[in-house]
Amino acid sequence: MRAVGVAEDRNPWLTAAAWRSLFRDRPVIPLLALLGLLVILFELGPSNVSSAWAGGVFRAAVPLAILAGCQTLAMLTGGIDLSVGAIASASGFVVATLVGTTGLPAAIVIVLVAAGVAGLVNGIGVGVFKVHPLIMTLGMSLVVLGLANVWQVQRVQTGAGVPPAFRTLGSDVFLTVIPYSLIVFVPVALLILLGLRRTGFGRLLYAIGDNPIAARLSGARSWQVILVLYVISAVLAGIAGFLIAGLTNVASVTLADSYVLPSVAAAVIGGTSIMGGRGGFGGTIVGALILTVITSLLSALGYPEAVRQILFGAIIVAVAAAYTRVTAES
Amino acid sequence: MSQAAPTVDATRAGTFDAIQSALRRNTWTLGLLVFLAILLVFTRLIQPTYGATGIQGLANSVLPLALAATAQAIVVISGGIDLSIGSMMALTSVVAASNMQDQSDLFSVGVVIGVLLLGLLLGAVNGAVIVVTRVPDIVVTLAMAFVWSGCALLVLRTPGGGSAQWLEDLVLGPLGNEWIPKAGVVLVLIVAAIWIPVSRSRFGLSLYAIGSNQLAAFRSGVSVGRTKIFAYMLGGLFSALGGLALTASTGRGTPVPGPYTLLSVAAIVLGGVSLAGGRGGVFGPLIGVVILQLIRTDMTFLKLDPNLATVAQGLILIGVVMLGSLLQQRRSRA
Repeated sequence: MRAVGVAEDRNPWLTAAAWRSLFRDRPVIPLLALLGLLVILFELGPSNVSSAWAGGVFRAAVPLAILAGCQTLAMLTGGIDLSVGAIASASGFVVATLVGTTGLPAAIVIVLVAAGVAGLVNGIGVGVFKVHPLIMTLGMSLVVLGLANVWQVQRVQTGAGVPPAFRTLGSDVFLTVIPYSLIVFVPVALLILLGLRRTGFGRLLYAIGDNPIAARLSGARSWQVILVLYVISAVLAGIAGFLIAGLTNVASVTLADSYVLPSVAAAVIGGTSIMGGRGGFGGTIVGALILTVITSLLSALGYPEAVRQILFGAIIVAVAAAYTRVTAES
Repeated sequence: MSQAAPTVDATRAGTFDAIQSALRRNTWTLGLLVFLAILLVFTRLIQPTYGATGIQGLANSVLPLALAATAQAIVVISGGIDLSIGSMMALTSVVAASNMQDQSDLFSVGVVIGVLLLGLLLGAVNGAVIVVTRVPDIVVTLAMAFVWSGCALLVLRTPGGGSAQWLEDLVLGPLGNEWIPKAGVVLVLIVAAIWIPVSRSRFGLSLYAIGSNQLAAFRSGVSVGRTKIFAYMLGGLFSALGGLALTASTGRGTPVPGPYTLLSVAAIVLGGVSLAGGRGGVFGPLIGVVILQLIRTDMTFLKLDPNLATVAQGLILIGVVMLGSLLQQRRSRA
């Protein structure tokens, strides 16, 4: 801070300092600019920006944004949740197989409770036993995947298919631009955004991630916070799983696996630090949109999946490097 | 005589102490070996026909993962983590398979050397990006996992290519005695030939130094950046060896990364490498890999759903880490 202040007085690089603080404190603004740039590129390049296209982008971005929300919460405490993919897939799959016997509401409740239990185990491992979150959630994803496969073998005859309600919610678009999945997403997003900004729990997430020792000394019971965090994350992953199943109209035990790395990418691009203590959900939403627009841009240009992956990787590194530069102390 | 006695006693006590301290240092590895022995006996009990062929199959299925675990162990010892190992294996495997198909033996030797150099290069890129950008290892290697698997898809869109016959002969089948699988011998030779000289060298010491305390290592004159890049290069080299093993054992290249990244982390944790860095070796993880694979085999013998093996691997991973951190907490409290 003080270094910047001194520099401002006599240094012609005043704008650089201003830019630095812009990136550091309000990453959403440059990100929105980047998003706008990408949309303009799309308009100039492969095809025209239409409301149907926008609807498609929003629809694809919603599940990614929810999963990236799980990562944001975990990353704020210096953790990461790699079990979201397995939990989301399993949730979509199990609801599709249960809905015939129990009805939809009961199936949803059962699945979300099961997801919550998986999250609880994650939380106990990370918060109480101090297992590295990466390992804990990785192990949990193996467990969930295995159990989902066992369930699949048991249920092979009764597999019903994605419930129509999910299909409407996941893939239908109102007035060609507003996807129905916003019905789910808006409350979830508000909950996370306000939860992080306005509630004690949200502030504790930042506090624990920023300086765990200071948080403990000021009376925060970090294991309880972490426990709740991973339960929330798992339940959100379950909800995202419903939307993904509805979006693709497929229920499979590996459905959401391809979302795991992009969800981390969206959070990183959105300015959430993997070291904890800095970031927020607003940036993450824009990050998810950016990734979705890039995907759409590349597929419209006819590039293969391979190029998308390479570009995603390059973008993550570049953005993370830029953040590290601008937010570096000293 | 009365003069000599204390010296002999002292020497004996010295050797005893040395053995004791060696035991203490390698408790975990020895425990793993005991566990492995118990597991083998158990396997024999539930499946009396399990014998030479079983060992052969075990060695063949273990080879790629064992090399991946070695790569991961080296990187984690240096205080990093490499989530791109599976992708690097896929990339090197397809490069090898697509270039070796229907070529002369001599040419395929060149391809193998080229692929190993490629592995070093991939690792160097990983390490250099981490050092230059100062972005956490986990983020960089996660992103590089995308990049390398994308490159693999560019090389070969669908599984294909071929392997040179001599490469397949190198790892498949028994060596002399039917109980000694070639894959196992090759694995131990490769790992020993690369790791032992490295761990005894200056670089090996630096590797452990930057893993246990980067700042202290820097202040005692270790070039942190260079050592880190070196660790990732070794990781890349072993990933390339793993990729070659994949090509050799399946006879083709698959562009989609297997589960090797995650399982390699499981194996090294089981093998006694601390995720905090600076502690462990590469031989513990090798035993860890064999144990993980044997558990999977046993579950098929027990006629359990093979998917439960995935559950078991996850539970073992979590359980071992929990145990490790509990022990550490107790130790730091004592």
